[in-house]
Amino acid sequence: MTRPFDVDALLADPDTRIIVCCGSGGVGKTTTAAAMALRAAEQGRHVVVLTIAPARRLAQSMGLTELDNTPRAVAGVSGGGSLDAMMLDMKRTFDELVEAHSDPERSRQVLENPFYQALSSSFAGTQEYMAMEKLGQLSRTAQEDGRWDLIVVDTPPSRSALDFLDAPERLGSFLDGRFIRLIGGGARGAGRGLGRVLGAGIGLASGVMKKVLGNQLLGDVSTFVQALDSIFGGFRARAEETFRILQEPGTAFVVVAAPEPDAVREASYFVDRLTTEEMPLAGLVLNRVTLPPDHSLSAEEAIVGAERLDREGVHSPTAALLRLHADTMRAARRQQNIADRFSAAHPTVAQAVVPALADDVHDMAGLREVGDLMTADLVDTWN
Amino acid sequence: MELWPGVRLHVVTGKGGTGKTTVAGALALALASGGNRILLLEVEGRQGIAQLFDVPPLPYAETRIAVGRDGGTVVAQAIDPEAAVLEYLQLFYNIKRGGAALKKIGAIDFATTIAPGLRDVLLTGKTGEQVRKRDRDNRFVWDAVVMDAPPTGRITRFLNVNTEVGSLARVGPIKNQADSVMRVMRSPETAVHMVTLLEEMPVQETIEGAHDLAEAGLPVGAVFVNMLQAEELPDAALLSDDPVSTSEIREGLVAAGIPERKRGLVKALHKEAVDHATRVQLQRRERDRLEETGLPLIDLPALPVIDLGALYQLAAAIDEQAPR
Ligand SMILES: Nc1ncnc2c1ncn2[C@@H]1O[C@H](COP(=O)(O)OP(=O)(O)OP(=O)(O)O)[C@@H](O)[C@H]1O
Ligand SMILES: Nc1ncnc2c1ncn2[C@@H]1O[C@H](COP(=O)(O)OP(=O)(O)O)[C@@H](O)[C@H]1O
Ligand SMILES: [Mg+2]
Ligand SMILES: [Mg+2]
Repeated sequence: MTRPFDVDALLADPDTRIIVCCGSGGVGKTTTAAAMALRAAEQGRHVVVLTIAPARRLAQSMGLTELDNTPRAVAGVSGGGSLDAMMLDMKRTFDELVEAHSDPERSRQVLENPFYQALSSSFAGTQEYMAMEKLGQLSRTAQEDGRWDLIVVDTPPSRSALDFLDAPERLGSFLDGRFIRLIGGGARGAGRGLGRVLGAGIGLASGVMKKVLGNQLLGDVSTFVQALDSIFGGFRARAEETFRILQEPGTAFVVVAAPEPDAVREASYFVDRLTTEEMPLAGLVLNRVTLPPDHSLSAEEAIVGAERLDREGVHSPTAALLRLHADTMRAARRQQNIADRFSAAHPTVAQAVVPALADDVHDMAGLREVGDLMTADLVDTWN
Repeated sequence: MELWPGVRLHVVTGKGGTGKTTVAGALALALASGGNRILLLEVEGRQGIAQLFDVPPLPYAETRIAVGRDGGTVVAQAIDPEAAVLEYLQLFYNIKRGGAALKKIGAIDFATTIAPGLRDVLLTGKTGEQVRKRDRDNRFVWDAVVMDAPPTGRITRFLNVNTEVGSLARVGPIKNQADSVMRVMRSPETAVHMVTLLEEMPVQETIEGAHDLAEAGLPVGAVFVNMLQAEELPDAALLSDDPVSTSEIREGLVAAGIPERKRGLVKALHKEAVDHATRVQLQRRERDRLEETGLPLIDLPALPVIDLGALYQLAAAIDEQAPR
């Protein structure tokens, strides 16, 4: 027996201040985040939703035509609440972080540094780090001026949901780490100096890196690291601070999965991880589900009927429809089986189910429909 | 007849989760058909190929994993970036001791996970090496190499990385290798295939990705339209607002000997028909957008389960539609 996930209760609870939608790529995180944000707003909350890489048409319908990294009011929201939406611009968030923490001269140096440019636009983990950073900023703004009482965040489209939790720490520790300091210092001949301090092996290693990477790159890294030190006083500390927001009681994680083996496996890993980190899991949203239609015609009966029509050479449209129905029933059964296995492993995790809509979700009406379905207790029809 | 005549490196990319690994596996089987030796490469360290073929995790060494439809073999290899870094250092700089020290301080982590540029150089370098590898009789060891590549968002940078390296490193072994890899990647010996679903986001990514690849001088191959939902209703029905009328369903059910035990069966079936028509129209709309690219499209059906048998089915579908 699966516990239903009461999404409306979560959205209505004034203690819910941050909702993080996680899951592997393409399962509907962005859609779920936007649908929850809209629903909460229309029920009276003041919401900001941070989306990452939304589908183009969905972005347009929410007024997210420019990637300007600032929350903007979404038009067409009814009720007494409000909805602001923004689309994460990873590079810009990084740039702004640099600018906010240094004088113009120094930030110019950093922004023009080729190593920084590569790091801020394409390095593994930067998107996760910046999503976390932006969440930290939004949360501080919300506390300072009370503009928002609920922040809904989407997470980057990584293949593993865990990346969101791990990447900032990985990037932070790399930037703070021995290695970068070593090659950073290396450009001024510290391959020798540092080598004495840290041991001969490292001196040798740094020599190797010089050979492989070339002096120019080492020089860029060196300038970058020196500037970095004075600007941030520790990337890792900053990442850790934001990470703590995620452990606060006002934060709720929503794990999104599609009823496919891979997506559900990822969701399982993530759920286990949240438990170990003592991070509050609100529930699982199984999205794009094929539900058995509400009547009792089985796949087998439908096939027998279709064959009879074929034999008699009559009503071919109905025969085709019956075969379609049989496929739907089989898909529904397969998906139900996948969901059951998840429930067996995680009996305490509340679940909501959102059926696959015939069309994709690309406007406010679509988001409302997803919101309605999410709260319609459809999970009961599975059991 | 040979599939994709002249192509010796097939790179399979696409949006995450669209079926890159599955299509790469099926393509390798299709190419092996008739006695060819095909190398299937994994470059992301995820053991996706081992899972797909249901074999133990692939080692760095080449491992035979399947036979083609009419003889032929598929050999798989997971190019592990870390092993590649060490091999590379040894090969080019004769560094052994340095390798261990580098590992200790996290330089290998740097090269393999944090600095994708360096990692990509190693992965594409190794790939190029395999494509060109010859045996004692000076014949190519592999009739073709298939790579389960990184997703569309990273593919151009990944394949093009040696251009950047070539300009960063001005001389030396790195420069030479970078240049020769780029020669392979940019030649008609290479085809970069894209896997997509007929949905807005993956199609958009495919169109943009194909554009970026072409702009970078990388040869785009075919688009694999994966997980295609079969069109179950006649064409006229699919295009109408009311694909199968309720009166047709009611009479049809009687003729089929299906009693309406519970009220609402007719209505529910009617909704299934409408939803199906909507889905099909969406698929067709997206397919039209793909047609506009002028790239060859290869349709692959949505199968109920993916196992070795299913891979052979997909391989057969590829065999039927591939350019030859
Ligand atoms: N033609 C098909 N019919 C049915 N299922 C399919 C088909 N192709 C792929 N799948 C399923 O879709 C899922 C994703 O496929 P796959 O792992 O090949 O994608 P991928 O693009 O390699 O994903 P990733 O981006 O995570 O590497 C798998 O569960 C696979 O079995
Ligand atoms: N329940 C649903 N029914 C139909 N289409 C959906 C549903 N949920 C999501 N989609 C579609 O799937 C695609 C991917 O969704 P998205 O929310 O962007 O995924 P993610 O953020 O997890 O990568 C979008 O085109 C979206 O419209
Ligand atoms: Mg998204
Ligand atoms: Mg894969």
